[in-house]
Amino acid sequence: MLKLILAQAMLGLNNGVFYAMLSLGLAVIFGLLNVVNFAHGALYMTGAFLALILYSYLGVWIGIEDLHINFWAALIIVPILIGALGILIERTMLRWLYRFDPIYSLLLTFGITLVLQGLFVNFFSASGTPYPGQPESLRGVVDLGFMIFPKYRLFAIGFSIVICLAVWFIIERTRIGAMLRAGTENPDLVKAFGINVPLMVTLTFGFGTGLAGLAGVLAAPIYSVGPLMGADLIIIIFAVVVIGGMGSIMGAVVSGFALGLVEGITKVFYAPAANTVIFFLMVVVLLVRPAGLFGRQS
Amino acid sequence: MSATAQPTPLLKITDLNAWYGESHVLHGIDLELGEGQLITLLGRNGSGRTTTLRAIMGMVDRRTGSISIRGEEFISKPAHRIAPLGGIGYCPEERGIFASLNVEENLLLPPTVGKDGMSLDEIYEMFPNLKEVRKRMGTLLSGGEQQMLAIARILRTGARLLLLDEITEGLAPVIVKALGDAISRLKKSGYTIVLVEQNFRFAAPRADRHYVIEHGKVVDRIEAAEVDAKMDRLNHYLSV
Repeated sequence: MLKLILAQAMLGLNNGVFYAMLSLGLAVIFGLLNVVNFAHGALYMTGAFLALILYSYLGVWIGIEDLHINFWAALIIVPILIGALGILIERTMLRWLYRFDPIYSLLLTFGITLVLQGLFVNFFSASGTPYPGQPESLRGVVDLGFMIFPKYRLFAIGFSIVICLAVWFIIERTRIGAMLRAGTENPDLVKAFGINVPLMVTLTFGFGTGLAGLAGVLAAPIYSVGPLMGADLIIIIFAVVVIGGMGSIMGAVVSGFALGLVEGITKVFYAPAANTVIFFLMVVVLLVRPAGLFGRQS
Repeated sequence: MSATAQPTPLLKITDLNAWYGESHVLHGIDLELGEGQLITLLGRNGSGRTTTLRAIMGMVDRRTGSISIRGEEFISKPAHRIAPLGGIGYCPEERGIFASLNVEENLLLPPTVGKDGMSLDEIYEMFPNLKEVRKRMGTLLSGGEQQMLAIARILRTGARLLLLDEITEGLAPVIVKALGDAISRLKKSGYTIVLVEQNFRFAAPRADRHYVIEHGKVVDRIEAAEVDAKMDRLNHYLSV
């Protein structure tokens, strides 16, 4: 029994990787921009597709059949591309909506989601394409004692923990982070001190979306790459963000991993409830602590 | 320094109008002050004194007229360029201490805007209380400590023109006195200061000139030397 629980916990933790990384990006964006970026799931999906395209398609398209841009390169290139896409979205569209009710930016990003999904449904299989570029060094399995676990998934867990801690460190412990936190509280005053807040907002949106792209690359070898992989996830991610506390970095990371675990362990006891347990917890948290577990009560 | 001698103005504001959204808040403010001078903006709550400072910093939705600092026009500069180019330090109403930053982060937040900013050591020497609480989060400070922090924060940047909004509000007399000493020291070392102040007795002994603002306009201008003679008028302006 214990082995079974541990095994499911590991699988749950593996989903938690993506919950944590995506809700982290959402929290960073929501904190500074007050924008609920509905397109986050679609950008994650786009990230996974870019990894797939770089490995399988790009070479064919440009006539160099042997060109396979590998996983490690994708891990660097794709977040930059998705971050640049985010910056483009912020500069050309989102920027004009800050003065209005947040519902407008939510609708805009929802629309972007539909466009991106439609684009990939049109050109790729809706049911998903496997990513063949998983690096040689991460193939195979490791015996954890209580279960046999794929090496790559272990890497994904470790890698995302490092990323989450690094983001937390940047935001909570560095000068750039202090500027971000101050900008979240009182952007007008931060501007009056001589800090270019509009630029900071653009870069933050780019950074947050870049994290979604990074999560997409990380997900490509685990889940098959499909146009709806983000849509399936985004609703859970929103629940994670609400539970952690809107805009709280630590809250997003901790509740991301924790809810992955809870979901996994629920599978042991009553599998059909695994999909709903997160939403049940969200209701409980909203009743008991409306600002979320790590949110600041205002 | 004699109050009547008029050096070239460091800050000269002409016909400044400002809006929040649709509402027209300032209706033509005119004022000026020379290097090393201290002026106060007096008036009742809601008369437009705070908005005048905010308009200088570009923190209103729209502004017209002229704001000239050392001869350079600032009216159309974006908000984040104003403090660095003008060498301005702004201490907002309610102090503007960031709750999610600790004392030292609050201190180090504003970028430097001039050459001779105070070092952290000098700041801690001027405000010893701040050193003891430097790792504490901003809002866990007492009102007096928050006010010291808000002033210390802009002294570190090397700003030579200070805009201070209601720095004595809600503070105990002993702290008001300490702030008064600090302001006097700053003036002596050549800082140029605009003080929005409710507490006339705090402002009067240190000011070169007073501007009385009502309904978004300067309605009177009183030199320090005239204060005694015009006390009745001042009382009338400031009575609630």
